[in-house]
Amino acid sequence: MTAPAAPAAPAARAGTPHPAGPPIPVRPGRGGWGWTLAAWALGAALLLPFVPLVLASVADGYFHPQVLPERLSLRAWSLVLAPGSASWAALGDTILVAVLVTVVSLLLAVPAGRVLGTRRFRGRRAVEVVLLLPVLVPTIAVAIGIHVVFLRLGLDGGRTGVVLVHLIPATPYVALLSAGVFANLDVELESQARSLGARWWQVLWHVTTPLVAPGLMVAALLGFLVSWGQYALTLVIGGGQVVTLPILLFAAASGGDLSVTAATALFHGLPAVALLVVASRVLGAAPNLALGATR
Amino acid sequence: MSPTARFARTRRFARRDDVRIVAGLAPLLLSVTALFGTAVGLAVLRSLGVGPFTASDDPTLAAYRRLLADPEFLSSVGLTTHVAATSTVLAAVLGTASALVLHRAVRARRSVTALFGLNLPIPHIIGAVAILALLGQSGLISRVATRAGLLEGPAAFPALVFDRWAVGIIVQYVWKELVFIGIVALAMLRSAGDDLDEAARTLGASGWQRLRHVTLPLILPGVLAAAVIAFAFSFGTFEVPLLLGGSYPAVLPVLAHRRFTDVDLAARPEAMAIGVVITVLVVLIVAVGAALARRAVRPDAT
Repeated sequence: MTAPAAPAAPAARAGTPHPAGPPIPVRPGRGGWGWTLAAWALGAALLLPFVPLVLASVADGYFHPQVLPERLSLRAWSLVLAPGSASWAALGDTILVAVLVTVVSLLLAVPAGRVLGTRRFRGRRAVEVVLLLPVLVPTIAVAIGIHVVFLRLGLDGGRTGVVLVHLIPATPYVALLSAGVFANLDVELESQARSLGARWWQVLWHVTTPLVAPGLMVAALLGFLVSWGQYALTLVIGGGQVVTLPILLFAAASGGDLSVTAATALFHGLPAVALLVVASRVLGAAPNLALGATR
Repeated sequence: MSPTARFARTRRFARRDDVRIVAGLAPLLLSVTALFGTAVGLAVLRSLGVGPFTASDDPTLAAYRRLLADPEFLSSVGLTTHVAATSTVLAAVLGTASALVLHRAVRARRSVTALFGLNLPIPHIIGAVAILALLGQSGLISRVATRAGLLEGPAAFPALVFDRWAVGIIVQYVWKELVFIGIVALAMLRSAGDDLDEAARTLGASGWQRLRHVTLPLILPGVLAAAVIAFAFSFGTFEVPLLLGGSYPAVLPVLAHRRFTDVDLAARPEAMAIGVVITVLVVLIVAVGAALARRAVRPDAT
């Protein structure tokens, strides 16, 4: 605890995955078309649950035992996409909540992530455990526990309350991801810039930010997605007043119009997939890896 | 500079460094403990019948005693454990197998991996709706089977959702978690490279021997760690069993919510107690699982 700014450099970095290695040469018996075909088949099999959703969303009366719809119709999509529909309102609320959750999470998590990623100090393990707990403990337990406080504070049934409870799983998660980003940051570069006469804000802007920005964008994206798919917390704290897309989708699923349910599900899911695809294009495989660890 | 002055300077730096550490962590830790700590603390207090918003001042274990005598709660514990354990084992096996296949698919590696990871950002509720449309009695598989002449009609299709064995819930979890575990295993495979595999091949090891003694030990740490997380998630997810589960017994998260929304306010402490039980079980499972995973990775430590 005496060495000033002692970076946990090699030790902290040892556990992080390597970046993509050099291309693996194709050898006989390995990497042949057979394996590639098997891999494509596997990927396609995982898409199977979406097939009935797509089919139902464009069907007019999709009754058993139709497999391909007998009559195509855009009825469900025109209901979902109609101007002023419940889905657009829910989309707006979902985005608003998720953006606020992301911004607040970053503000709280990035300074902490820097400390966790670059410093060694007593109690670091304990801090990490404290951050893991809200990620792992089921949200329904958290929701019913905290509900009474929000009720007393008048925060139930409003978007503020929903943003606050979404922070419980999102913020620690973003912090843990940020810690990983900063553990990969070479703090030597910062001291070099400083010794060359750069001011702290110049170091921050020209050295630190470009190095950590991609990783922090992944962290932000995942914080956004944690909020995007949140059901239990929104249900209990929002009390049916805050209708985000998961709430709307559950209501549709209980309603019985399969085509509208399917279209709503795709309407909710496609932005998340699009976001991930764009992020992977820009940032590589990192988002995929970290995303699994979300509920 | 004299040694004393240098010492004083070092101390000053050290103190400034401590201040930086505290200042960096404090906002996060304060907000997390304020929100999460309040939630868990109040659940514990209210499960004991006390707390700032309760009339009584005497803590009592009555809610826990009622739960232990409640057959619905006991079968719920069994069902929840069955769902989490079965789906985690299946997801770990299938995820590892998928990673091995993906690792060998060298052509179009990026696109195949991207396709494989496509369901990761999909919220659980969408997965549940999709599984319902796939496995329900009038779902896609039932339709295909009927068209193929294998079924009389939807009623002849086996109950895979709202069923006793929670097949639909398990399928949804396996579908989601096998991708997570597979991506982790794939990352381990790629960072390990193929040198060890090549060496074993040169030494004459068969494909099975290389898998058993080289590849699997390499990816085991990642797979076990991911499986522990997958177990915790499938133990505590609420919306999937809410949509795909039967009404009796329901899994613990659904039972907790049901008691929480019961018109009889006397059921509230029981809801809180179930919440506490879920929390404690998940924390225990993760702690024990992480310890076991560490042990399994270093067999010499046993």
